[in-house]
Amino acid sequence: MATIYIDNKPYDADPSRNLLDVCLSLGFRLPYFCWHPALGSVGACRQCAVKQFKDEQDTQGKLVMACMTPAAEGTRISIDDPDAVEFRRNIIQGLMMNHPHDCPVCDEGGECHLQDMTVMTGHDYRRYRFDKRTFRNQYLGPFVNHEMNRCIQCYRCVRFYRDYAGGRDLDCFALRDIVYFGRREDGVLESEFSGNLVEVCPTGVFTDATLKQHYTRKWDLEFAPSICAHCSLGCNTSPGARYGTLRRIVNRYHSEINGYFLCDRGRYGYEFVNSPLRIRDVTWQGGVIDGAAGVERLSTLLAAGKVIGIGSPRASLEANFLLREAVGAANFFAGMADDELRLVRRILEIMQSGMASVPSLRDIELSDAVFVVGEDVSNTAPRMALSLRQSVRQQPIRSIEKLRIPVWNDNAVRDAVQSAKGPFYIASPYPTRLDGIATEVCRAAPDDIARLAFEVAEASDENSPAGRIAAALRNAQRPLVVSGTGLNNAAIVEAAARAAQALGAALSYVLPEVNSAGLAMMGGGTLAEAMEAVRGGAAETVIVLENDLYRRAPAEAVDALFRSARHVVALDHLTNGTTARADLVLPAATFAESAGTFVNNEGRAQRFFQVFIPHGEIQESRRWLRDAMLAAGRIEAEALDRLDGVIGALGRALPRFARVHEAAPPAAFRLVGKKVPREPHRYSGRTAMLANITVSEPKPPEDPDSALAFSMEGYSGQPPPPLIPFFWAPGWNSIQSLNRFQEEIAGPLRGGESGVRLLVPNGAGQQQAGVPPAFQPRNGERLLVPVYHVFGSEELSREAPAVASLAPGPYLALSPEDAKALGEDTAEVSIGGKTHRLPVLVISGLPEGVAGVPAGIPPFTGLSLPAWGKFSRMP
Amino acid sequence: MEKPLTARIRPDGEAVDLKAYERAGGYQALRKALLEKSPKELIEEVKDSNLRGRGGAGFPTGLKWSLVPTGDGTPQPRYVAVNADEMEPGTFKDRLLLEGDPHSVIEGAAIAVRAIEGSAAYIFLRGEYVLAAQRLRRAIGEAYAAGYLGKNVLGSGCDIEVHLHISAGRYMCGEETGLLNALEGKRANPRTKPPFPVASGLWGKPTVINNVETLANVPHIINNGAEWFKSLSRSKDGGTKLYGASGKVKRPGLWELPMGTTAREILEEHAGGMRDGLKLRGFLPGGASTDFLTAEHLDVKMDFTEVQKFGSRMGTGTIIVLDDATCPVGMTLNLEHFFAQESCGWCTPCWSGLSWAERILQAIEDGRGEDRDLDDLEAITKFVAPGNTFCALAPGAAEPLQSALKYFRGDFERHIREKRCPWPS
Repeated sequence: MATIYIDNKPYDADPSRNLLDVCLSLGFRLPYFCWHPALGSVGACRQCAVKQFKDEQDTQGKLVMACMTPAAEGTRISIDDPDAVEFRRNIIQGLMMNHPHDCPVCDEGGECHLQDMTVMTGHDYRRYRFDKRTFRNQYLGPFVNHEMNRCIQCYRCVRFYRDYAGGRDLDCFALRDIVYFGRREDGVLESEFSGNLVEVCPTGVFTDATLKQHYTRKWDLEFAPSICAHCSLGCNTSPGARYGTLRRIVNRYHSEINGYFLCDRGRYGYEFVNSPLRIRDVTWQGGVIDGAAGVERLSTLLAAGKVIGIGSPRASLEANFLLREAVGAANFFAGMADDELRLVRRILEIMQSGMASVPSLRDIELSDAVFVVGEDVSNTAPRMALSLRQSVRQQPIRSIEKLRIPVWNDNAVRDAVQSAKGPFYIASPYPTRLDGIATEVCRAAPDDIARLAFEVAEASDENSPAGRIAAALRNAQRPLVVSGTGLNNAAIVEAAARAAQALGAALSYVLPEVNSAGLAMMGGGTLAEAMEAVRGGAAETVIVLENDLYRRAPAEAVDALFRSARHVVALDHLTNGTTARADLVLPAATFAESAGTFVNNEGRAQRFFQVFIPHGEIQESRRWLRDAMLAAGRIEAEALDRLDGVIGALGRALPRFARVHEAAPPAAFRLVGKKVPREPHRYSGRTAMLANITVSEPKPPEDPDSALAFSMEGYSGQPPPPLIPFFWAPGWNSIQSLNRFQEEIAGPLRGGESGVRLLVPNGAGQQQAGVPPAFQPRNGERLLVPVYHVFGSEELSREAPAVASLAPGPYLALSPEDAKALGEDTAEVSIGGKTHRLPVLVISGLPEGVAGVPAGIPPFTGLSLPAWGKFSRMP
Repeated sequence: MEKPLTARIRPDGEAVDLKAYERAGGYQALRKALLEKSPKELIEEVKDSNLRGRGGAGFPTGLKWSLVPTGDGTPQPRYVAVNADEMEPGTFKDRLLLEGDPHSVIEGAAIAVRAIEGSAAYIFLRGEYVLAAQRLRRAIGEAYAAGYLGKNVLGSGCDIEVHLHISAGRYMCGEETGLLNALEGKRANPRTKPPFPVASGLWGKPTVINNVETLANVPHIINNGAEWFKSLSRSKDGGTKLYGASGKVKRPGLWELPMGTTAREILEEHAGGMRDGLKLRGFLPGGASTDFLTAEHLDVKMDFTEVQKFGSRMGTGTIIVLDDATCPVGMTLNLEHFFAQESCGWCTPCWSGLSWAERILQAIEDGRGEDRDLDDLEAITKFVAPGNTFCALAPGAAEPLQSALKYFRGDFERHIREKRCPWPS
């Protein structure tokens, strides 16, 4: 720790940080634009100028940029010095020279960092009297809206997009006060992290194009702390709603997981909540009935017995647990594809075995040698890919230590490091978006990928690919192996663990869905067993929880299940194949309309809370089930009314969930006797929005499940991290207000990070499967591997219009050699007893004997992939 | 009077070829540098000579070389970048050397490479210097063929490569770190300093960036010694200097004269004084980014320290003359238009301040000036002061503006009062 002096008062400071960072951490109101906690300092905007003095005697001092000056021992600065104050005001004047003066009608207004900083510096009169420069805006795709006239040339967008996220198609053009930030030509931004521009941009150049479809000011939104539902990483989000529709999602900082950034699936997948496919009524055999009648029907079925329940990896722990309670543990089935369930269970075993440590995304970012074993991370867990992109910088940055450039000095570090990258190895059957940062890429069939990883675990010869990978990881300080369920291959999962164990590397598995880990931990039978129970007559009623079984098993098998069941009950958000076959359909609340717990791929339980109260008969799945249990005379369900009661019962029933309650404070939690308001204190229209129904303002709805209130009133300070609905602080209306919620910039939120890791190493579950035989190509057949798409492969987000517009249709991916041999634009392939004619997509690098089909995209849902596909004409 | 830099230059405008260069003692210095002197001795010789950078900043060349880390465990390779991006308005001195005596630049660069125990020099050439490009290319080819460049030069065991890179154009490319970015194929924005290029330069490696004229002096210093070089000068800074004059003087041109020659001698003796009927109102001593001086300053010795005493800089030493029949506001507008246009757009004071200043000047010149405009212009010159901006471009741009406001204030006020430019266009 160093002592520095700010306006003649001594403060402790970390000398490895810069003065801006330190001043903000200490709570000073020092304005800035180009600096970003995750992107470092570049000294472009000159907004954070302070006066620096040589010593106590120095009265002259000189202006320095706080962001570019280390907080070295004895540093003396003044923030309040009149020259510094005037200079900062002049900088704003320069920035506002060309900036439109239209805040009241600008869609960034009210959460604009430029607006906040302008107020903070006291610039209120503009001397510039000439025309403002204007630009033509570009179409950048369905996610991001472009309004270049607002640009203040801070360069954050290109620094995030290009330097941090590895994008290529956004750049800056021209010079002086007409620098243009955009693409060479109109078109969809290529990076799957483009949505972060909305938050990275300090003003309204890049705004959320989906929010624009149903625009609401930040101060008019109601928020709740939430967890992204679109992959297994569990990124923390802050969804905002108004008038019963979800309007947008922004990042909710978590220092160990998503940090400052989300992927575009996580940010834009939310619109499924507003989809016309939403189920809002209770239906019985196609006819609408009211909610009470629905509960009555379900209770009758429950009382009649012979009921099984099929859970879901996209439903909360609490919903799955209620189903398990309703039908009994023996009648509870997990609702994943059977091979997937086995894989996830094995992964959990490995994670608990202690074979390797389980890294957070933050740990992944700091890894310095990486081996990705058969997982297309950019498409299955995109936020992890962004962390991996930072990992390749660790070794090069270490190599320039002698230059003594502080790591926050971003451009200097990048100029010194140039394009050097640390060791990064990928084994995948098809090209991935991370190939560009890879040291070496190995294209192989799934079994051969497993063989490679097994070889890496044993390798000693540094001339072989396996040997090079092993050496790179062995020589690293923080080696990492990444794998997952993407290729649905048990040997890959095993081999990755073996490699990580042998090389002392951390081990991260990507799981299929948001609560795959939670569901697998809960137990339950396989789908095959569920089908057998129904076929054999042991079960007559099937309750399907938030699950489309047509995505879990072949259509014929699911059809057969539904045919032999006397009654099918479906609780879900959107109409799908399963709800279409159900006798009783109950409209289930989505993540945004309910509270619950998801367990992510690290085994971390995290709570999400209800954002808004939906229209129609929609309620939480666990409430439907609990109400029906009560109606069926199951008095034990009385204790399962509130969320905390469910979590308590869960922990008692299944001790591995005993700590789930620690993920967030209980509903009874109060701060100075108050709940935490979901709405900003400037929330408008409260007295008017229901005036068409009743002129006397009704009491705000109660929330029995959380310490959050559906109100603008309540505790006005900083709540504990799991209860932070949105980031706001006096004078800081934009997302940058986050700085005020951290003890130290880019560190944990005040009060510690949320979530609780449930898996404790127990030393059990060592090596299982052996090395598989080498892949053998077949004549006339190709092994169809699943090809993942960040937009399209995941079930719920593909119903969000913006995401759907970027999702591919069905195709058959062939190597150039196979495509040439076939000689046609379409191909006929037989798989799982069905023949499909599909457009051919040529993918260079597919190994011999391997072809691909899009994962999660009809008609390839429900198929167990990889699978052999037979071609009518193929050598 | 000795004129080492220009003695070989041919009156017919053709380049000195290798044979002629060798006949005149060319590449003897390189031979000496490689076979007789150690790199340390080379640096000491240049340090002792008081050679200061001729690009305008006047940084001591030997000192710059000595800052490059050498020895075991220091970064490799090391580079020399030759700043031949002569884009300073009114400056055309390097062009004479590049077109007339390219081997002198190549030899100087090769010696610099040796001095820092480097491996290659990159000549970064202004795009418009097409003739210089042709001649440099030919000269580099000749030097390779004769064994002055390439592997094991002159049997010394040293490899010295020289590459020619033609700029795509932009004033910022002449800023030394902007030049490095441009060489790497990136946007020519300036880089963060520190680290300085001698520690982390081209492709992150230690790099010395020297001006053309600076390097052309080096072979002569090595051949004739530091004392000889110092004796050429009339001031503390060693050597001769290429001085120039443009504007409405009788004989605009370029002359090699002892360092420290007065502006009066340059303008009155060498440039032949003002054209008939015109009087000198002011002059920019060394390119567009230096403060105006006036007739009362004509006796200033043109070197790196004396000119500063009068509130300006010698800069490149090529004088631009303002006469009494030319509108000073128009001239200032022209200059500020250039600087505003060439701002890379990186730091706020530069891109906003210069664009604003340009618009104010345009308004004044067009008769749309307002009383407060001069206050605003003055405020802008303070806003872009050294230290406030990321690089030296905007402080340089402020120099002619702040001095024009000082010396020609009446002209600005008249424009505003009469709502027109009083000079016939």
